[in-house]
Amino acid sequence: MNWAGLYTVLSGVNRHSTSIGRIWLSVIFIFRIMVLVVAAESVWGDEKSAFTCNTQQPGCNSVCYDHFFPISHVRLWALQLILVTTPALLVAMHVAYQQHQEKKLLVLTGHADPKHMEEVKKHKMRISGSLWWTYVCSVVFRLLFEAVFMYIFYMLYPGYQMVRLVKCEAYPCPNTVDCFISRPTEKTIFTVFMLVTSSICIVLNMAELVYLVVRACARRGQHNSNPSSGKGSFYGHKLSSEYKQNEINQLLTEQDGSLKDMLRRNPVLQEKGDRCSAC
Amino acid sequence: MDWGALHTILGGVNKHSTSIGKIWLTVLFIFRIMILVVAAERVWGDEQDDFVCNTLQPGCKNVCYDHFFPISHIRLWALQLIFVSTPALLVAMHVAYRRHEKKRQFRKGDQKCEYKDIEEIRKQRFHIEGSLWWTYTSSIFFRLVFEAVFMYAFYFMYDGFRMPRLMKCNAWPCPNTVDCFVSRPTEKTVFTIFMIAVSSICILLNVAELCYLLTKFFLRRSKKAANQKQHPNHENKEETKQNEMNELISDSCQNTVIGFSS
Repeated sequence: MNWAGLYTVLSGVNRHSTSIGRIWLSVIFIFRIMVLVVAAESVWGDEKSAFTCNTQQPGCNSVCYDHFFPISHVRLWALQLILVTTPALLVAMHVAYQQHQEKKLLVLTGHADPKHMEEVKKHKMRISGSLWWTYVCSVVFRLLFEAVFMYIFYMLYPGYQMVRLVKCEAYPCPNTVDCFISRPTEKTIFTVFMLVTSSICIVLNMAELVYLVVRACARRGQHNSNPSSGKGSFYGHKLSSEYKQNEINQLLTEQDGSLKDMLRRNPVLQEKGDRCSAC
Repeated sequence: MDWGALHTILGGVNKHSTSIGKIWLTVLFIFRIMILVVAAERVWGDEQDDFVCNTLQPGCKNVCYDHFFPISHIRLWALQLIFVSTPALLVAMHVAYRRHEKKRQFRKGDQKCEYKDIEEIRKQRFHIEGSLWWTYTSSIFFRLVFEAVFMYAFYFMYDGFRMPRLMKCNAWPCPNTVDCFVSRPTEKTVFTIFMIAVSSICILLNVAELCYLLTKFFLRRSKKAANQKQHPNHENKEETKQNEMNELISDSCQNTVIGFSS
């Protein structure tokens, strides 16, 4: 399991994301993971072997390196990228659950043939209902993880800058010794680059959150502007069956856009679907 | 996620490129990315380990290396290649958006939609016209800008494209001016010149593609204007469709896959 494996797993999620979500995923994979693998890892490759202290005291070098670099930048970035990309799997799990429900529905309505089952697997889920909440939670978690890691970075390496020289007096160093870091300028450039892409990802996540909320409010507004006609008790029993039909229709809309299309194209199936009160 | 994955992503874009675009993509992957991975990374592999300064002062070597090489050639090239290949994804996103719209039309059962099957929409190759033309032209423009910016950054940082054998350094804690020796300077110069040359070829290809697109755009416009002049009130849909089909056939005959298959 490596970055390529993660890419395979997350490409599947891509299909059920919004367009901003897809842009976010591209930025993560191309400008962060790829830059990390192809460039940053080789810059930090010799960080310990080329960390030189002006002393011959054995152990001083190791102790000073450990004191100034409790956790290396590349490992922090790797952790950050894994944690930031993982909430998308919540969405993948929810989609898989919904697809499972649709398949059950098809079995109940007596159309469990391979063609319809394949269509359930292939179609794109609409982000509405409970999937909307899962999606929004995943975006909130992403934002949280990004912010937390940026803060940790700032705490561990103030100013995001890599200095050339650090002064160390940890035991067993005999006194204050000068220690020199390898490639500090190149490391600063890459730290700033990763910081900038991280900020871009935060902005994209916020934009996606705003977009989802606005879309949900707009949809709600549309619902409210088409109120049900007449709620008098005289039409009591008719309303209850209409209400039931509305619920079934809503369930079908929420669950599956193309399932509705399937039902529309196949009137026999639709009849059975209408009669199905267990939906 | 490495160069192989980038190749997979950009291979899909290949289908909607012009023939010059396909040549550009081939040059990028074979003469730049592959050379970088297979050869250049080995040449620069021991750049710091074998950077030797004529002093025993601890830290002097680190500081002098950092002073003369703020960012290694290899990393600059890697960033350049990533930035230069990414605008093509704008085109891929636009094509994906168009496909999505066509699928929606198809699902609604729109009469205008002439596709028999949703699979046909997935496989269809889009003509570079309308808004897609603007996206494509912008992507080429961005490629040119990034190439130029990185070449300038190279020239600015390394004072020309030659790697000297000896550098004189007097940054603290070096006690005085010390001689520092770069490892494999000639081999590095050869590869630097090679990468610069290929980068220039890519710039030329991008400029040629831009000219080609502009020429095609103006020709199409003048044809439309000429057609309208001859038949001002007559909207011959059949003729227009036939013309488009002929254009498509002649374009696809020209745009045979060179090197890369999508």
